Amino acid sequence: MSNLETKHLTKKFGNQVVLDDLNLNLKPNTIYALLGRNGAGKSTLLSILANHIFASSGSVVWQDKELTGRDHPVQEFYLMSEHNLFNKSDSLKNIIKKTTLLQGTFDQTLADEMLLAFKLDPKKKVSQLSTGYRTIFKTIVALSVPAEYVFLDEPILGLDANHRVMLYRYILKAYENRARTIVLSTHLVEEIANLVAHILILKDVKIIVDSDVEDLLAKSYQISGPKEEVQLYCQGLQILDDEQIGTLYTCYIYADLPANRIIPDSIVIKHSDLQDSFIKLTEEERELNV
Amino acid sequence: MFFEFDNETPLYRQIAEQIEEGIFTGVFPAESQVPSTTEISRQFNINPATVLKGMNQLVENGLIEKKRGRGMFVTKMAQDQITTKRQAEFNDHYVETFIKEAQKLKLTKAELIALIERSYDNE
Repeated sequence: MSNLETKHLTKKFGNQVVLDDLNLNLKPNTIYALLGRNGAGKSTLLSILANHIFASSGSVVWQDKELTGRDHPVQEFYLMSEHNLFNKSDSLKNIIKKTTLLQGTFDQTLADEMLLAFKLDPKKKVSQLSTGYRTIFKTIVALSVPAEYVFLDEPILGLDANHRVMLYRYILKAYENRARTIVLSTHLVEEIANLVAHILILKDVKIIVDSDVEDLLAKSYQISGPKEEVQLYCQGLQILDDEQIGTLYTCYIYADLPANRIIPDSIVIKHSDLQDSFIKLTEEERELNV
Repeated sequence: MFFEFDNETPLYRQIAEQIEEGIFTGVFPAESQVPSTTEISRQFNINPATVLKGMNQLVENGLIEKKRGRGMFVTKMAQDQITTKRQAEFNDHYVETFIKEAQKLKLTKAELIALIERSYDNE
């Protein structure tokens, strides 16, 4: 088991920097969520980690070795993304057969169980599947390959609520049958809050949060009360946003509460949920005044 | 089972608390088996590491114990232990806030005692 690290990883498309100096350390056997607004660079990052595209500078390190394109171990990393890499006129059964050849082994039991549960006929061709079903099929393959690091780029795109819940269950089942690292990117923040152990948030080409879910939530507070007292209490803390309704003033902070500051009776402190924290952490200045 | 999650407590502690509640109310009697990490994890779509952390807290507190190859079981004394612990907490959590609220409402000590007596006897 080895950590997968990035060192000063930078990616440019032409003159545009899309990822800037990322230093990540992905632990083995851990479920991660990679969150970020549209265009934040999530897919680019996952594509680099899986060696589908190259970094402009910096490196990906695995087992104390810098991976260059050539020696990237194909079987250790698997990326499922919106791109369809399968031959559209191929049947699902055939694709599984080919994937097994490429990846060495394949968890046929899990794949069969999932195909049945999602009512996918293995004799069907990829071209006959709807968008949602194509996503499901690609995720089934991704969970059945023997990779140590599985990157799921929006595995729930276009899935209805029932299928999403089923898919979360199968992600956990696959993980329990064989521990591995799963990094999943999604916009449905609240739905994966309990599923993942660790959160990465990309904003403005940088990683702004790299934290266990528990720690992130522990530091996410909304503090409300009379403006003066709330401001006094929040002095020096990282304030993400504030709002005023009548005389009730609320501050959103991302910080530990100062142990030595007395909380006045007039103010109420609550934890934000993951979705609220995410929105406040990634909001752009101009979007605040809707 | 019975999970209702909130934002105020870390998830692993909520898991520990809810199983503890089950032991306290007798849903999981002494020496019976509690649901496994896998069962809870899959039923509620919770990361297994989180569930395990909650379970470990109960093991540390002596409320459940691991029987090799068979799973987690409620200890003999678990229910008594919880009762003792909760009696101590009762003062901190309920009585103090109760009195504070009564004081805000300008109830006198005598009025408060009269209220308690009336409710207690009606139960």
